[in-house]
Amino acid sequence: MTLAGATDVVVIGAGHSGLAMSRYLSAASVDHVVLERGEIANSWRRERWDSLRLLTPNWQTRLPGLAYRGPVPDGFMTMSEVIAFIDDYAKVVSAPVRTFTSVNSVTAEDGGYQVSTERRVWRARAVVLANGSSSVPDLPPLSTALPPSIRSLTPREYRNPKQLDDRGVLVVGASASGVQLADEIQRSGRRVMLAVGEHIRMPRTYRGRDIQHWLDAMGVLDERFDAVDDIVRARRVPSPQLIGTPERATLDLNALTSRGVEIVGRLAGVADRKVQFSGSLRNHCAMADLKLNRLLDRIDEWIGNHDVGRGVGAPERFAATQVPQHPRLRVDLEAERIGTVLWATGFRPDYRWLQLPAFDRKGRLKHDGGIVDAPGLYALGLNFMRRRKSSFIHGAEDDVRDLGDHLVAYLRRTTSSAAPPTSTFPALGLKARHYVDSAILRAQFR
Amino acid sequence: MSATATRADNGVNVEALLGARQALTDTPAAAQFKWRASCSWVRGTHSKSTVQSFFGLGSEQSHRTEFSFEADHPEVFASEDMGATPVEFVLVGLASCLTAGIAAVAQNRNIQLRSVKATVEAGMDLQGILGIDSDVRNGFDAIKVVFDIDADASKEDINALVAQSQKRSAVFDIVTNPTNVSVEVR
Repeated sequence: MTLAGATDVVVIGAGHSGLAMSRYLSAASVDHVVLERGEIANSWRRERWDSLRLLTPNWQTRLPGLAYRGPVPDGFMTMSEVIAFIDDYAKVVSAPVRTFTSVNSVTAEDGGYQVSTERRVWRARAVVLANGSSSVPDLPPLSTALPPSIRSLTPREYRNPKQLDDRGVLVVGASASGVQLADEIQRSGRRVMLAVGEHIRMPRTYRGRDIQHWLDAMGVLDERFDAVDDIVRARRVPSPQLIGTPERATLDLNALTSRGVEIVGRLAGVADRKVQFSGSLRNHCAMADLKLNRLLDRIDEWIGNHDVGRGVGAPERFAATQVPQHPRLRVDLEAERIGTVLWATGFRPDYRWLQLPAFDRKGRLKHDGGIVDAPGLYALGLNFMRRRKSSFIHGAEDDVRDLGDHLVAYLRRTTSSAAPPTSTFPALGLKARHYVDSAILRAQFR
Repeated sequence: MSATATRADNGVNVEALLGARQALTDTPAAAQFKWRASCSWVRGTHSKSTVQSFFGLGSEQSHRTEFSFEADHPEVFASEDMGATPVEFVLVGLASCLTAGIAAVAQNRNIQLRSVKATVEAGMDLQGILGIDSDVRNGFDAIKVVFDIDADASKEDINALVAQSQKRSAVFDIVTNPTNVSVEVR
């Protein structure tokens, strides 16, 4: 038998979520291993641009058992600080991490799972997918239609403007990544055009405090997946236009426009060597302004009903987004010396090795608040997975507790219940027991 | 008179069009037109639109009479079907624009038309407008126009007519290329 590589739980990914789950499992005395394709905090080390800082302030950067204790609670961690923080966390929780261990496949096996890596095949009764929600750039189909002279780049490969030639750049997408990259590249002296679709506008600070302070205090970040009207839509909402800088600056479209970035509508097509932009820019900006004002109204109302102490500023309203009189609809990239298209169009998780019928017709993982549609399989860190904060570092704590509880109960149930007398089928005992259990579980999950 | 000297008559005053082209080349300001429509809600999804005035050639202009159009949705949408669906008006606009273009181009090329018939079909996935799947667009996924043309011309010349009518069609441009749209509330 190949029980040499057997454990109760395989956690895939040694980022903040996987490590937090490891801490929970250790505390519950559950045998487990954390498989990491590279080093701890690998994607923070290798798949982020140089100037990136967290969008959340230091006081919010906390995990069960470790929190920021430095002198700048309102600052924003650089990537090297995030890596150090997660490295520290791995030591604090003494996680059994196997680094440089890529998972090649996860298959269903005997009512549990077989996790194959280069070196070893692991058998586990449960698997936790903690390998990140931002692994694969989500490119629109028309990204392949660009003329060959135009360089296509994703934020995963982008490091700094020195990588670019001196021609201009079209940044596609105006979420946090898009506005940050547009800003950095414009400041490098290159011309930047930013294609803007639906977006979330947010000031960095409001009434003297970080916007995250209000969202946190009001419980917005704790809103649960099963309490919102349309969770599919909520999970697709792009990240707000925020940047973490020591100056705590706001980075909205007006700021970009004032620095010379040209804003255009959503990228709609590529035809005759020209890119086309939607005529809906005005509406997308008006919607973002309306939503921003609704959020500020909500914050003002909340402040009115709570004792928030001193040092809170007066209510503010921000200037409406300035949309060019005639946003450009068609641009010949070559003729206008735009050499690069940077696709800030979002990311999706990478589950190519997950060989289970756990996906919907659009290839998305089917899960109910992180409880995947396959017994004993769990996800962590996905957008709005259980709560609005699920994809944030500090979102791991509540999700790990909920899913850890569920996982441990699952392990107990599948150990104790419905075991057939092994003497009847000595050779097949283990197998038979697991089949019975998974049938019972499937019935329970319906 | 030889056959080649015969002037085709498609009811299009090409001389006037060419004259207008020359005049507007000389005075581009006069080429600036504004097209208008107004629409009033009746009840449910039923609305009534009218067109009469427009601006062009440097001054206010008017159709001979006010034209009106009822728009609604069919009964399968739980509507009362008091008129064509708005998306069908788009198809009407495209087909009639291309057809008018064919007549004008044929006249200019001295091709006599006997009949021109366009059939238009456009696909739409309702998962878009119903908000079921945000990857599905609200509008048409594609539009297909098929012309049956009987004319004193070769197949190639008829194909060239149809191609030229697309090249010079306002509605073809409107549906194939993005347009900035602003919607305000007074």
